[in-house]
Amino acid sequence: MIEFSDVSKIFKVKNREVKAVQNVSLKIEKGDIFGVIGFSGAGKSTLLRMVNLLEKPTVGTVKVHDTDLMKLSPKELRGLRRNIGMIFQNFNLMTSRTVAGNIAYPMKLEKVPKKEIERRTKELLSFVGLSEKAKDYPEQLSGGQKQRVGIARALANNPDILICDEATSALDPETTADILKLLKRVNAELGITVLLITHEMNVIQEICNRVAVMENGFVIESGDVYDVFTNPQHPTTQRFIQSVNQDRPSEAILKEWRENGGNHLYRVLFKGSTTHTPLLSEITQKYGVYFNILYGTVRELQQQMFGNLLVSFEGDERAIKKAILELQQIVEMEEVVVHES
Amino acid sequence: MKVDWALFWPRILEATGQTIYMVLLTLIFGAIIGIVIGLLLYVTRENNIMESKVVFTILNILVNIIRPIPFIIFLVALSPLTRIVMGTTIGTTAAIFPMTIAAAFSIARVVENNLISIDPGVIEAAKAMGASSWQIVFTVLIPEALGPLVLGLTFVTVGLIDFSAVAGTVGGGGLGHIAITYGYQRFDTSVMIVTVVILIVLVQLAQWLGNTVSKKILRR
Repeated sequence: MIEFSDVSKIFKVKNREVKAVQNVSLKIEKGDIFGVIGFSGAGKSTLLRMVNLLEKPTVGTVKVHDTDLMKLSPKELRGLRRNIGMIFQNFNLMTSRTVAGNIAYPMKLEKVPKKEIERRTKELLSFVGLSEKAKDYPEQLSGGQKQRVGIARALANNPDILICDEATSALDPETTADILKLLKRVNAELGITVLLITHEMNVIQEICNRVAVMENGFVIESGDVYDVFTNPQHPTTQRFIQSVNQDRPSEAILKEWRENGGNHLYRVLFKGSTTHTPLLSEITQKYGVYFNILYGTVRELQQQMFGNLLVSFEGDERAIKKAILELQQIVEMEEVVVHES
Repeated sequence: MKVDWALFWPRILEATGQTIYMVLLTLIFGAIIGIVIGLLLYVTRENNIMESKVVFTILNILVNIIRPIPFIIFLVALSPLTRIVMGTTIGTTAAIFPMTIAAAFSIARVVENNLISIDPGVIEAAKAMGASSWQIVFTVLIPEALGPLVLGLTFVTVGLIDFSAVAGTVGGGGLGHIAITYGYQRFDTSVMIVTVVILIVLVQLAQWLGNTVSKKILRR
């Protein structure tokens, strides 16, 4: 669907070169909700804009539907752009047009007949839940409503790709959740492939099936959201995941645990079906060991369960060792070091 | 010396008509030329939709040269060209030529400034929707800038009433001519006061009209 092959973008700013995107190769498949996450300045916005050639790659190729974008004539490029919907952090609605006028605009560019524009505008307004606001002007709307108009406008010409430039970054958490739900519907009900960029890990966690992490212009990690979440490799990825998934209590709590005689603390990762069985009880009972969950979360990600628990074991030293050995056959476990101070 | 008001009122009315005629035609032609130059100044800027360093630099220098020249000097300096274009330098119609040129360059800057204040994100969105550069000019830039543009044109119109008075002193006719000949050369204060009052009323009307129209467009 969208394919970046060894793409770099270098900006020249006052005789200085800024490498916004460096050697990026990524493939976004049909039906994906693909999220690119990174801190500001990571190059994700530039990368996104290469999909409709608002930014031209300095080297490398970007293909959409197997077409090399750099080989398109200006007219062909405009045709392609009409097939790619785009929404923005600041919505970018025209203040001189009503809600309906904004949604109709891309269809007017396509010279869609007036009757059809009216019909389609009504349909889109109802899809995004703004039927009563057709005659309002953008300044009368809340942020979430503006983004809904943005989405309706982006869908007007029945695109097969929707690209989202920090679409929820200007919204409060509740509105963000609503917009994410809407994007999910766009993907599921209309079969539109979504490519989004964000600096919020919860956006990726909520709706994406695939993710790429960017830093200093490079893609440092990418893959299925479940895999990246449950087994992050790069420190930056780990930081992002910790932002939504605090996996360690404060040192004060750990110290208290230690002072109360705690000695064996392990991080236990449950993935997929391992969350369905009473593993910990079974094995600890077998060896006559007690366990205590100190901290952790169990959550659903991509319709799969994922548990990340800090478990303290108490009892006979040898029995503990045996129990842990058996547990390690089934789940990922590693001992947690508590810093003595 | 006393003025015969029975004879004089028709003259005042005629002069008022001449002033309105000069201002209106100048506004129409000046706005057309000014909007074109202003748009060109904007779209040919660096990184803009029709970037062209040559066009931008030439227009920018031209505007910077013409705008600061005091209108009374500009009027005289332009008279050879006025004679070529209009056939004469005397009369109300002839005055419209230099007024239009001066107005056009003022309007160009007003238009450019209004366009700069448009959110670049809106233009990017139009581009992303597949709009061509010309479509962006006519369907995004002009409608988005229209409200402030009307206010800008109103501001220029008030200046044009001033221009017309200056043109009146060098054979352009209108209220300026009356004020100078009767008020200044014949020391007739009453005529002076009448023309001043009429000019004030004209300015008020123009401002009211501009405010009303822009209010409608801006919805505030």
